[in-house]
Amino acid sequence: MALVEVRDVHKKFGRVEVLKGVSLDVAEGEIVTIIGRSGSGKSTLLRCINALETIEGGEIRVEGRSVHTRMKDLRLFRQRVGIVFQAFNLFPHLKVERNITLAPLLTGRTTKAAARALAEEVLARVGLSDKIDAWPDQLSGGQQQRVAIARCLAMRPHLMLFDEVTSALDPELVGEVLKVMEEMARQGMTMILVTHEMGFARNVANRIVFMHQGRVWEEGPPSKLFTAPETPELASFIANTK
Amino acid sequence: MRSLSFVDFVSLISAIQWTVMLVVLALAFGAPLGLGLATARISRFAPLRWLAASIIQVVQGVPLLGLLFFFYFGMPMFLGVQVPAILAVTVAYTLYTAGFLGDIWRGGLEAVKEAQWEAGACLGLSVLQQFVHIIGPQALRLSLPPTVGFLVQLIKGTSLASIVGFVELARAGQVASAATFQPLMIYGVVASLYFALCFPLTLWSRSLEARLDGSR
Ligand SMILES: Nc1ncnc2c1ncn2[C@@H]1O[C@H](COP(=O)(O)OP(=O)(O)OP(=O)(O)O)[C@@H](O)[C@H]1O
Ligand SMILES: [Mg+2]
Repeated sequence: MALVEVRDVHKKFGRVEVLKGVSLDVAEGEIVTIIGRSGSGKSTLLRCINALETIEGGEIRVEGRSVHTRMKDLRLFRQRVGIVFQAFNLFPHLKVERNITLAPLLTGRTTKAAARALAEEVLARVGLSDKIDAWPDQLSGGQQQRVAIARCLAMRPHLMLFDEVTSALDPELVGEVLKVMEEMARQGMTMILVTHEMGFARNVANRIVFMHQGRVWEEGPPSKLFTAPETPELASFIANTK
Repeated sequence: MRSLSFVDFVSLISAIQWTVMLVVLALAFGAPLGLGLATARISRFAPLRWLAASIIQVVQGVPLLGLLFFFYFGMPMFLGVQVPAILAVTVAYTLYTAGFLGDIWRGGLEAVKEAQWEAGACLGLSVLQQFVHIIGPQALRLSLPPTVGFLVQLIKGTSLASIVGFVELARAGQVASAATFQPLMIYGVVASLYFALCFPLTLWSRSLEARLDGSR
């Protein structure tokens, strides 16, 4: 059974259908990269997987359970799924440590005594051990994004979703964030990510999903998709991103 | 007529305690109610939003004096019993406080980005946890200066309670000035006492504003 099962999902905003029957399976430990033009529905699909959006048709299951469910189950589900956005959305009124430990403490995943060690551990994984007592606005964009990732890691997620997490960063800061994600991939984290970083998609992903006009247009291993696209839409998308 | 004496000053200064008490009562009841109004204003449930908005509109649209008259003179006519001045005055100032703080705090809550709620939700926190730990503290920071500003308004506004016979600072001034025929002196003292209460708050508000300006 796949960790994530997306079955014929339809999503509308008002009268506009943004997802027109999307299906996608992601196995445990798999790294799936979603690419596609602006407006093709990539972010919407990620948000649906985390039940940030309701859906009009189809079903999404994670670890065998439907995600569009009762509120209480939804909270438990979200505690196991990390999501990182383009805007880092750190809590500006809390120091880095508290940003990271707030949710684990409130959800009973750690204790007061163990919280600091937890923050230290996940910060070490993103290479920011020295920033534990900093305020978010004292950090660069790349550092903030890494704290946002660490904040997710502190919840011990079974699945990570990334939505263009490097798009808002200065070019020289992109590398440090991608490195953290590569390391997570190496450690076996299941990841679904939307990215415009084709190098990353090519080298790290097990599978590429090309979305077009609210549909999965083409999918396959990066070696095949990038070198021998089957559809003219993907071919022109690849040509344009080079 | 008698001449101005030390006793008059003592009576004025001791009348401050009633002014302060009025402020404390208005805040004790009005602040929680204001928080309720502020959260109702941003609720997803439309009728609740409208209800809160109407209450705020009415309270802000009616002069404070109108509120005082309504509860002191009006309520007895409806209820058929005379309400003690302290009760009528407390209710009026509570509503006044709730209406204004509710609006100030709504502004603060709305100024916190939607994405902050979402970030909390994505970590599996309940809406209440998001409010208490993420949105509330940020909103409070943003609305602290106008909140202190309102506090100053409230302190000065308590002088109106004298109109329905409640003896606080302003009323004590009237009494003393009638007895001594030294209105200039007496009201000068009264004014300085109000100033002494409000000025530190104004200063505090300004320093808060300076400190909260920019970051965090
Ligand atoms: N909250 C919303 N309300 C209305 N329409 C929306 C909303 N969110 C997205 N859309 C629309 O849905 C479509 C798909 O948007 P989505 O953000 O999923 O695209 P995307 O593939 O992530 O694009 P990008 O690469 O620009 O991020 C777009 O046409 C967008 O305008
Ligand atoms: Mg997007």
